[in-house]
Order: sequence, then structure tokens, then C-alpha cells
Amino acid sequence: MRNLSFRSLRVLQRDADVYFTVWQSEFLPPLLEPILYVFGFGLGLGQLVHNVQYQGRTLSYLAFMAPGVLAVAIMFWAFFETTFSSYVRMYYQKTFDAILATPLLVEDVILGELLWGTTKAVIASTIMLGVLAVLGLVSWPTGLWVLPIAIMGGLLFSGFGLIMTSTVKTISQFNVPMFAFILPMFTFAGTFFPLDLLPGWALAVAWCLPLTHLALLVRSAVLGVAHPMLPVSVAYVLVVAIGLSAWALVRMKKRLIQ
Amino acid sequence: MTSEHAISAQNLVKRYGETEAVRGISFDVSPGEVVGFLGPNGAGKTTTVRMISCFLPPTSGTALVYGIDVRERPRDVKRILGICPQEDNLDPDFDVLKNLLVYGRYFGIPAAEVKRRAEPLLESMALLDRAKSPVAALSGGMKRRLILARALVNEPRVLVLDEPTTGLDPQARHAIWTRVRALRATGVTVLLTTHYMEEAAQLCDRVIVIDNGQVLLGGTPDELVRLEVGRSVIEVWNYGPDLAAALRELHGRLEEVGDRLYFYPEDEDAVERLLESRFPHQERLHRRATLEDVFLKLTGRALRD
Repeated sequence: MRNLSFRSLRVLQRDADVYFTVWQSEFLPPLLEPILYVFGFGLGLGQLVHNVQYQGRTLSYLAFMAPGVLAVAIMFWAFFETTFSSYVRMYYQKTFDAILATPLLVEDVILGELLWGTTKAVIASTIMLGVLAVLGLVSWPTGLWVLPIAIMGGLLFSGFGLIMTSTVKTISQFNVPMFAFILPMFTFAGTFFPLDLLPGWALAVAWCLPLTHLALLVRSAVLGVAHPMLPVSVAYVLVVAIGLSAWALVRMKKRLIQ
Repeated sequence: MTSEHAISAQNLVKRYGETEAVRGISFDVSPGEVVGFLGPNGAGKTTTVRMISCFLPPTSGTALVYGIDVRERPRDVKRILGICPQEDNLDPDFDVLKNLLVYGRYFGIPAAEVKRRAEPLLESMALLDRAKSPVAALSGGMKRRLILARALVNEPRVLVLDEPTTGLDPQARHAIWTRVRALRATGVTVLLTTHYMEEAAQLCDRVIVIDNGQVLLGGTPDELVRLEVGRSVIEVWNYGPDLAAALRELHGRLEEVGDRLYFYPEDEDAVERLLESRFPHQERLHRRATLEDVFLKLTGRALRD
């Protein structure tokens, strides 16, 4: 840990430079994704599900679902950046090797990747927040809390992603965490329907999932509605984000230095 | 004591579980010297070089670069090293100049300064007109030259070249050699690995032959050839048993490989006299001994992979 330094920002800068070199293909998805979800799920499903009860309020299905879409985006962007993209940089492009030939140490590279995964999640959620705001689905000023929440959630799923990157032997093995963790969370973490619709045992499982807490935080911010679990969720996301990031540092270091 | 050496390695060991990739290698490189590690695949050359360049922590032993311990102050060591890896690890999303700029940033060199250095560097590597080309559009030789230019951005005191010309065509290879020789003339210390004997003979003041993780021998290319093999080699093919028997009578080392016979004579005139008198029509090649002969003598002819 003592080798962590500000130099990791050089790695973040490098990744950001690539991002802005190929920005056309990077900018559009977070812009279009919520629009697709909103039109597809919101308008389509919204015909079937008219109103949702949430914390004593009656919401349109669209208003309920929109923050869930944002939470999912934080998870997806951080996870994909630190799995597939980091793996390409590490294994195919040998970018980490090139960086390690300079005064940067392996800890700088790993922290830089964590920060970049987090940054991608923040960029994507900012764009989406803008789109949702235009659609009139965001309550202000509580909506601004989405940014610090995206930082914590982005770090959490970046840490998780890098742990997977430190583990897989081939890039196709990312399908395993994808199906074992990411897709179940996508479906069952209270993103697309209220948690209390789940049977007891499933509810217990759902409360263990990081996305459940992240979605709760995002929904509280976007709707401006507090939830009794709010302090628990803040603590959960913070502790798990720091814990997974520290673990990712240890595991990636082992993978990169043999 | 050690600070007079550009590189000083003492008893370097690298162990992976049960296998020892490097088994106690020691060597010194003087400032301005060009030293080449020769060895077959898997000999431990790259592992040794990667320990010197702070990529791999040695299991035991010490390595100093200009007196700085690679284990204690890796950042300071890497600041004065220029490292050319075996594999292409350029940034494919950036153009040629941007590759240099981003690399210089890792060293904390301001962009304006990198730009100032980039022009003569790209010029010397014949890449100036390619400054705005995407890396994907470069040929293999151009990529190698760009990697070399990139390794020079921080004006290193020691240049580490790991198989700098593997996979290049002869033109591209000679282009790299010319530039490495030009760098040597400026006083840069060079440590290189290769399994091309000609490359070692062309570039190196001194070669160190490594096999099975140990140093077998070191010296100037000429010295090694003279001491290990002698002045010349006579290669013979389509020969009969009586020729082999006759050569065995002479002083020298005889080696039969497949359909060929290699004779390393102590007295080459005696061999010529024998061939002229008794086997005048024998197909043969009488040539100067080279580093390749030394290499094969020391490391054997068995395939390594």
C-alpha cells in the first residue's frame, strides 16, 4: 500500500486520452441506453403496470424504474471497463508492461485502472442523469447526490471487476461472473420492481447484493425520497467499495508480478 | 565501489516454485559498454533483464543500476533506464507522436519538452513524416523503431534491448543496428539480449553466454571465437567413413551432425593438405569460425522448445 501514489493519475489520464480519441463510440451508449430503456420498458411495461407504491408514494412505473436503470449503468460501466477493457490493456495490448517500464509501479497501474473504471461510471451516470432530467424524472437538488453515489458504486464494481481480471485465464471466462453475479443483480436488486414483491428468502438474498444498496441510494437521490435503509446502504456501499478495491490491489499485484 | 559500474548484478536468482529460471548470475557492465546476453530460448536472458529493469523482484541476489538498488528504489532505477521490450506494446489507439507524449508523461516530463525531444528522435528513427500516423498503419520495422524512440524519450543512461530485432526483415534489422551503434557513440550503456549471433557480433563490445540460468562464458566476440573454437571451421558433406577416420587422426574437434561433419582444426593447413592429397574432390566449406560456432559448442545442438 505504501507504493500507492499520485502517479496513478497518469494511468487514468492515459485511459481518458484513449476515451476522448474514440469518444464517438464511447459517448453514445450511455446517452441512448436510458432512452431505450425508458421507451422499451417504461412505455411498454408501463402500459401493464400503471402505478408503483414506493415509500408511501404512488409513482408511475417509469419514474420508479428510471433510477434503477441509472444504478445498473454504474454497475455495468465500471464492471465492463475493469474486466474486458482492462484485460485487453493487460493481456493483448501489453499496456501495463509499457507503463511499468517507466517510474510507475504496479500499484500505480492498478489504482489507475480502479480510478478509471470509477470515472467511466461517473461519466455514464452524469450523461444519463441529464437525459432523465430532460424527461422530467429527476428531483432537484437531491438528484446531485447521484454523483458521489456513482463514485462509491463505480469504485465498488471496479474493484469487483479487477478481482475478476486477476482471476480469469482467458477473456471469455468473464462470462462466469457475468452470469453468476452481474445478471442476477441486474434482475433481482430492486432495479425494475420494488423489492417487497419478492418472497422472504429472495428478499434476504437481495439485501446481500451490492446493487440492491446502490439502487436504493440512487433511487433516494433521484426521487428525493428517503428510505429507512439509507444509512445501512451508505455504509454497505462504502465498506464494500473500499474492501473490494484493496483486495483487487493485492490480487492484481500477484497476477502482474511473478 | 559499485557506483563505477553502470550495472552490477551479484548472484541473481529467480525461482518459480520448484524451477529455477535464473540460478545465480553475476556480471558487471561499465558505463558506455554494449553488452549482449546470448542464449537459447528459455536460457534465462529475459528473466535476468526483467530483474534488472524492476519488472520482476529477484528471489535472491542484488542488482544495482548506477549504484541504485533495483529492489529498494525501483522508481529511481526506471527513471534512468530506457526499456525496449520483446513484444510490441505501443498504444494502438494513439498516433506516433501521442505515443511519445503519453510515455513521457509517465516520467513527469512536460509535454512541451517531450515535443522538443520528439522531433530529433523521430528524425533519427526515420519516422518524422509518420508523426501523425496511427500505430496500426506502421510496418513491423517502423513499430520497432518507434519503440526504440519511445525508450529514449527520458534520455536514459542505460538502454535495455530485449531481442530488439526478432522477426524483422534484414533491412529493418540493419536499420536498428545502425541506430544502436549511433547511440553507443553518444556514450549510452546498452544491455541487450539476442539469439542472433550476427547481431551480437555487430553490436556488442562484450557478450555473456547464458544457458540453464547460469553464465557459461563471457568476453569480446573475437576472444570467445578464438578461445573456444579457433580460427576456422571445415564443414564437409557427402563424405565416406575413411574421411572421418582420417580427420580423427588430426588435432582438433570433430562433430558429426546429421549428414554434415564439422571439424575445428588446431592446424588448418594440415587439414587442407590432407584433403588436397587424399580427398581432392570432397565437397567442403572452409570458413572463418563465428560466434554461432561458439554458441553451439557451449549450448549444444538439441532443440530447446
